[in-house]
Amino acid sequence: MSQGTLYDKVWDRHKVTTLPNGQDQLFVGLHLIHEVTSPQAFGMLQERGLEVARPDLTHATVDHIVPTANQDRPYADDAAERMMAELEENVRDAGIEFSDPTTGDQGIVHVIGPEQGITQPGKTIVCGDSHTSTHGAFGALAFGIGTSQIRDVLATQTIAMEKQKVRKIEVTGELDEGVEAKDIILEIIRRLGTEGGVGYVYEYAGETIENLDMEGRMSICNMSIEGGARAGYVNPDETTFEWLEQTDYFQEHPEKFEELKPYWESIQSDDDAEYDDVVEIDASELDPVVTWGTTPGQGIGIDDPIPAPEDLAEDKQDTARRAQKHMRVEPGETMEGYDIDVAFLGSCTNARLPDLRRAARIVKGRQVDEDVRAFVVPGSQRVQRAAEEEGLKDVFEEAGFEWRNAGCSMCLGMNEDQLEGDEACASSSNRNFVGRQGSKDGRTVLMNPRMVAAAAITGEVSDVRDLKEVNLA
Amino acid sequence: MSDPTEEIPEVDYVEGTGIPIRGNDIDTDQIIPARFMKVVTFDGLGEFAFFDLRFDDEDNQKDHPMNEERFQDANVMVVNNNFGCGSSREHAPQALMRWGIDAIIGEGFAEIFAGNCLALGIPTVTADHESINALQQWVDDNPDGKIEVDVAAETVRYGVPESDDSGAEQNSESSALGNEISVSVDDAQRQALVEGIWDTTALMKANRNAIEATADQLPYLDQTRSDVEADD
Repeated sequence: MSQGTLYDKVWDRHKVTTLPNGQDQLFVGLHLIHEVTSPQAFGMLQERGLEVARPDLTHATVDHIVPTANQDRPYADDAAERMMAELEENVRDAGIEFSDPTTGDQGIVHVIGPEQGITQPGKTIVCGDSHTSTHGAFGALAFGIGTSQIRDVLATQTIAMEKQKVRKIEVTGELDEGVEAKDIILEIIRRLGTEGGVGYVYEYAGETIENLDMEGRMSICNMSIEGGARAGYVNPDETTFEWLEQTDYFQEHPEKFEELKPYWESIQSDDDAEYDDVVEIDASELDPVVTWGTTPGQGIGIDDPIPAPEDLAEDKQDTARRAQKHMRVEPGETMEGYDIDVAFLGSCTNARLPDLRRAARIVKGRQVDEDVRAFVVPGSQRVQRAAEEEGLKDVFEEAGFEWRNAGCSMCLGMNEDQLEGDEACASSSNRNFVGRQGSKDGRTVLMNPRMVAAAAITGEVSDVRDLKEVNLA
Repeated sequence: MSDPTEEIPEVDYVEGTGIPIRGNDIDTDQIIPARFMKVVTFDGLGEFAFFDLRFDDEDNQKDHPMNEERFQDANVMVVNNNFGCGSSREHAPQALMRWGIDAIIGEGFAEIFAGNCLALGIPTVTADHESINALQQWVDDNPDGKIEVDVAAETVRYGVPESDDSGAEQNSESSALGNEISVSVDDAQRQALVEGIWDTTALMKANRNAIEATADQLPYLDQTRSDVEADD
């Protein structure tokens, strides 16, 4: 068993007791909720005559179903309107703070928590969304839960869990031009497998991780779940503290920043911490990664050939065959030149300000390919405003991108933004599952935001390193 | 309010007939496509389980075990590795449960999915690749054959001959002695199911003092509590 890691320390601090079934009962420091997975939990609570135990530690937003084009109420989609209305009623009755679109703070739940400073090191954070692992970038212990567990948390502010093993993933080496955090995590998933992290929490460490900004760390922690790990984290450091100091909460309460800093430092993994497993990755060898299949583990460097199923591990062969048939790709080809119909720049993985800035440097002065519909969906209203203020919106619109309002959008196609028929999408999101983007015949190629920008311009999967970056004014 | 723990059934044993769902990495988007999640209850989700694999654009049935007449009464699903990966949506096990599934036997499960199943009292038990393949084949050949999932003993038995009067039993090729495979059930899951303590709300709520004591020790807590004073 691991010892002295951040995971061990945060777990111990939050452990209430051991339950009769052997699971630990953990206190939850922050419970984030949204419109898709919470209404049933509120319903269960009502059936049992229970109330929300700690509305003050619960925070709501709307993201999955929110339209990104026309947000006038009532929403054009009746089902979406019903879900929104239900959430509004639930949070009003329980006294839960709600970052709804009228506040200017709305956005994808994993973007707004860090923005507002409620995501903090050493907290336990849960949400009915598997990408809750994102918050681990701050040294929080954060994981996705199901609706029955949401009920548990609403009713008790605690959750029943079993302690997992800890795998340290040490990433070293300087990233090549055009290579980003997204490529690192896609490579990790390719190497360790989509199920390789089951039973583990991932600690991302090493100089390459330490040199990433918070947004990059969030992109990596975000996709922990795609590698099977329910949680992933980075030890908090000066980069983390700088972010926190700028957030609403610590701007309003600067004394709290000094007060909490010793706690944040105390929960960092010890130098002599023990891990259940250690994996080393040399990131200097990485090229921009793109997926060729229908799981996030099916990635390759942009110059690499698509593998023949028979060359893969036996348990990966069937999945690979099905994926290649769906994607209509052949072993031996590279993904470069794969025709694209849609370019989607968005999602909780890659729709923060630096993501949009980097993509804009590729887009500036160029035009979206005439056969491509391209759109940008900022991760939050704050990202949207900041991007508009510094002129990114204009850069994207002049190039032919649509500029939308914040939400999950085409990452999972629960609003109007969906693939049609067998369209192929260059996507900065996190899942290339069959049907994920709203059409069961749709094809998703995951890649970093600059690569999405490049694909939008050329109309095909391209190596962004072949397109010169333009300085933004 | 009555004590809800009393109503939670023990799930130490599930028996019934099987349905094979083959393939690794079957994600929750396949189990329940996101468009069917635009609802505020779980009612009626059963008919949308695996919808896009079961129906084409014109709602015509495609080849899928869940469309086959012989599997309509099945309640034990037999799956391969990393089943239920992806999204945390409880809608996935809810849809399977509402279709009729009471237990799932597989090579491996995604963690959140298995946790969601446990919260519904659905055992997720694991066995090796060969055992699962053999069981899937047997279920294909014996759609009416009985499977017994013994959660407490961590075994799955199938192909055990019925007594002579079971007219429904087909003349199967399975061995006269039947098959018993040993399966793994996560320790906490087994205990929770067998003892009927898999619904944890009341169990945890009872530890009110310990919860407060833990909260009192957390350095960050008074600040997020802000001006709101919990009135309990």
